[in-house]
Amino acid sequence: MTNTKPTLAVDPGAIAAPHASTGGLVKTVVELDRVVIRLAGDSGDGMQLTGNRFTSETASFGNDLSTLPNFPAEIRAPTGTLPGVSSFQLHFADHDIMTPGDAPDVLVVMNPAALKANLADLPGGGLLIADSDEFTPRNLAKVGYASNPLEDGSLEGWQLVSVPLTSMTLDALKDSGLGKKEAERSKNMFTLGLLSWMYHRPTEGTIRFLERTFRRKPEIAAANIAAFRAGFNYGDTTEAFAVSYEIKPAPMAPGRYRNISGNTALSLGLVAAGQRSGLPVFLGAYPITPASDILHELSKHKAFGVRTFQAEDEIAGIGAAIGASFGGALGITTTSGPGVSLKSEAIGLAVMTELPLVIVDVQRGGPSTGLPTKTEQSDLLQAMFGRNGEAPVPVIAPKSPGDCFDAAIEACRMALTYRTPVILLSDGYLANGAEPWAIPDVDTLPDLRVDFATAPNGEDGEFLPYLRDPETLARPWAVPGTAGMQHRIGGLEKADKTGNISYDPVNHDFMVRTRQAKIDGIAAGLPPTEVDDPDGDATVAVIGWGSTYGPIGAACRRIRRSGRSVAQIHLRHINPMPSDLGDVLRRYDRVVCPEMNLGQLAMLLRARYLIDIESHTQVRGLPFRAAELAAVLQDAIDSTHGAPLGADATGGAE
Amino acid sequence: MTTLPTHVHDLGMPGGGPIAAAIAQSVESHGPKQTELKAKDMKTDQEVRWCPGCGDYVILNAVQSFLPTLGIAREDMVIVSGIGCSSRFPYYLNTYGMHSIHGRASAIATGLAASRPDLSVWVVTGDGDALSIGGNHLIHALRRNVNMTILLFNNRIYGLTKGQYSPTSEVGKVTKSTPMGSIDAPFNPVSLALGADATFVGRAMDSDRKGLTEVLRQAAEHQGTALVEIYQNCNIFNDGAFDLLKEPATGTQWTIPLVQGEPLVFGPDGASCVVQDDFGGLRIAETNQVDPAEIVVHDAERENPAYAFALSRLSSQDLRYTPMGVFRSVQKPTYDAMMAEQLDVARAERAPDLDALLVGNDTWTVQ
Repeated sequence: MTNTKPTLAVDPGAIAAPHASTGGLVKTVVELDRVVIRLAGDSGDGMQLTGNRFTSETASFGNDLSTLPNFPAEIRAPTGTLPGVSSFQLHFADHDIMTPGDAPDVLVVMNPAALKANLADLPGGGLLIADSDEFTPRNLAKVGYASNPLEDGSLEGWQLVSVPLTSMTLDALKDSGLGKKEAERSKNMFTLGLLSWMYHRPTEGTIRFLERTFRRKPEIAAANIAAFRAGFNYGDTTEAFAVSYEIKPAPMAPGRYRNISGNTALSLGLVAAGQRSGLPVFLGAYPITPASDILHELSKHKAFGVRTFQAEDEIAGIGAAIGASFGGALGITTTSGPGVSLKSEAIGLAVMTELPLVIVDVQRGGPSTGLPTKTEQSDLLQAMFGRNGEAPVPVIAPKSPGDCFDAAIEACRMALTYRTPVILLSDGYLANGAEPWAIPDVDTLPDLRVDFATAPNGEDGEFLPYLRDPETLARPWAVPGTAGMQHRIGGLEKADKTGNISYDPVNHDFMVRTRQAKIDGIAAGLPPTEVDDPDGDATVAVIGWGSTYGPIGAACRRIRRSGRSVAQIHLRHINPMPSDLGDVLRRYDRVVCPEMNLGQLAMLLRARYLIDIESHTQVRGLPFRAAELAAVLQDAIDSTHGAPLGADATGGAE
Repeated sequence: MTTLPTHVHDLGMPGGGPIAAAIAQSVESHGPKQTELKAKDMKTDQEVRWCPGCGDYVILNAVQSFLPTLGIAREDMVIVSGIGCSSRFPYYLNTYGMHSIHGRASAIATGLAASRPDLSVWVVTGDGDALSIGGNHLIHALRRNVNMTILLFNNRIYGLTKGQYSPTSEVGKVTKSTPMGSIDAPFNPVSLALGADATFVGRAMDSDRKGLTEVLRQAAEHQGTALVEIYQNCNIFNDGAFDLLKEPATGTQWTIPLVQGEPLVFGPDGASCVVQDDFGGLRIAETNQVDPAEIVVHDAERENPAYAFALSRLSSQDLRYTPMGVFRSVQKPTYDAMMAEQLDVARAERAPDLDALLVGNDTWTVQ
């Protein structure tokens, strides 16, 4: 059972039924439970837009889905070259899924470069659709093809369908009045139309989208809609595609759903936190991939009292947020790893001044400029320790695109309750990936209201800005404008209670320990560790954090389907960790920790709990493959027991 | 006496939100805002810890006497500083204050002033803090025109780190880090600020209380970012740096007082004056050698910063021909006001509805 992935033509569970299409041809409809499609083309071909539209159609149809956009850092690398290839992978199913899929079942390539860059990922027998118009001698030569692979038989191992997508688009638009170059741009919509036919996607949403997007250029809207319809009709009438596929809606909990990306969900969480706290939101940010979309999104929501400040640099972004927090705003700064490096000193200032602040780090490949558009989890130790002095900061991470919403609210809750900077570690995969999201009822969101200090708290009628709440150890937050509460804060060591400058050795020792105790104390208010072990008899646990939740979860499902047991633990709170985590981990013979870094959480767990965590790492700039993780877990389980406990778990669906 | 600052109603939240509520509550318990203040009201219980004889003392006294004349309650003033000797300033003023990190005061104050247009925001910084490590934040604050006043104490030396040359030190400065003399050309802070199109730029001397107070008054009244360069003597590491301008004998000769609407005549018996040169700039002339009509009449309100810039270039590193006073004072929309206006416009277009925001454009319902 090395490959139980359903291939399109021979899926054992497929139900085939003849179907008379409008073109008079007899077409077959095959029912599938899931499919992974990858669209690949040049950066300028609009693959991300096409993918997003297909995703929206799929979401509104009711399938569960997960996406993986993958694009180069160059905005427009030279046309037709390998560095310029951009792709979008979508996994959708009639059941609950957790990842964008290990490998595509269907690969659509818009040029030879896209074929060359992606073919290795397409399993044998997979469906390959290629725009034959773009396989010109020039384009083939650009990527080193000596002969045309569409014609030389080298693609025999796959189901190749060559379609002249470009010329058919031009043909469909010959009366549109558009020039050749402009008309050619609509080939992505032709392709989307074809795929929409193949997978029975609803089309109204895309037509509405095109009308909305190009409302000031009606001729462009009309051309794109015409191309989209032409693609759909081509599928319906051509003999090249004899089969179309149906993937039924996935059963989901009742409710209202939308499709959402991590960056959008995170942004909405920040707006919601502002509304639930009643505080004006202030975002200080400098553009950086892959975090900029949060700045863009929040900039749209001024009506909610959200102020966005595009700063001159990363330091000014956080500095302005700290200034706004001092004034009583919910101060936020968003960035990626290199930006966190620049903000380190200012984070320390927020630690010392004990002001609420949320620092969002949408992690990318590092070090240095690294891989700006690729994902990684390698900023964990930076978030934990990347400051001078003892400067503890709570660290939390979302586990899925939709979960970015809740994580953002939780980060704000912690910052406001404990008067501390909080680091929220998202990553490039969560940021750009999308999934269906159950829209929460606003009234069920946490109440984040704060009490500003308005009256002196000292015995002699004075205001003591560092007199702490005995429970949370938070200091009072008195905002400028409040009479009788004038006080001075800053980066120099504070005297306990008064906040005056103090170089006293005993005071410094006390304050360092108090700041640490405040952060450690957050754990007391956290829920106990959730363990997912449906069989209840697992001896091997897998622990992760952040965006690896999907691949780890998918791997666990495979393990369980193979007859084995495994416990899954996924951390929302990394600093502080839940109070019971050490005890929970000690219940297992082995604990495996997969991470997209070289073992940073594993290092923390080992240091904290003296448990021999087994680190499994990968830093390829891409999410883990479920099959790979399943193999790691299967090996851990089987080697613990000396013999295989079940069937091979690495293949199969989620 | 007002009960609430006029802008509190617009802090970006309906009804001003918790911030306005806290302020209103303090007014209720603390009485109406006190705006009739004396210098002693501005002092804190903190011991002032500058070196004896430091020019900072003189500036502090002037500011403590000056701030009460503004008619602004203490709690509505915020002093933000960076790092350096001058940056200890907030501890000695009974207002809200933040002694932040090196170079970042302008950025921090920008966030505060942009989100709280009801406050009077001040930045206290030095030549190292503002022009070296914080140079980027300074120029961007100036170009944005956020409503705040920046006091740049220029002693042309690093004091707190014990005497290295600074970005305003003259070439050839011998210090611990430049035993053979510094080799990099200094910034002229006024020229730099004007290059960033600052809407208000002034210069004053620490020991000239009257002149300093006058420039501070105009700076405080200015809507937008105001930069005031204050020449400040560091008697430990750079003593006498400004003696050329302070000594009565030479001070009159080398100082060009900038008085709005007055001809630029200076020197003993008004022997020198400022006239236009052949290249659109300014030059020094002997008063009795030029037609009085050629003498430039000072006008800080000129829209084009070229005039103020030309004024700033009259002086050289050795401080001869140093204009003192207000170089430029022009009105332009402030960043914080424009930001608040965009919030108002957005709210007028569509009332905030969190539920509608979360729902978005494309949804589906599972029964």
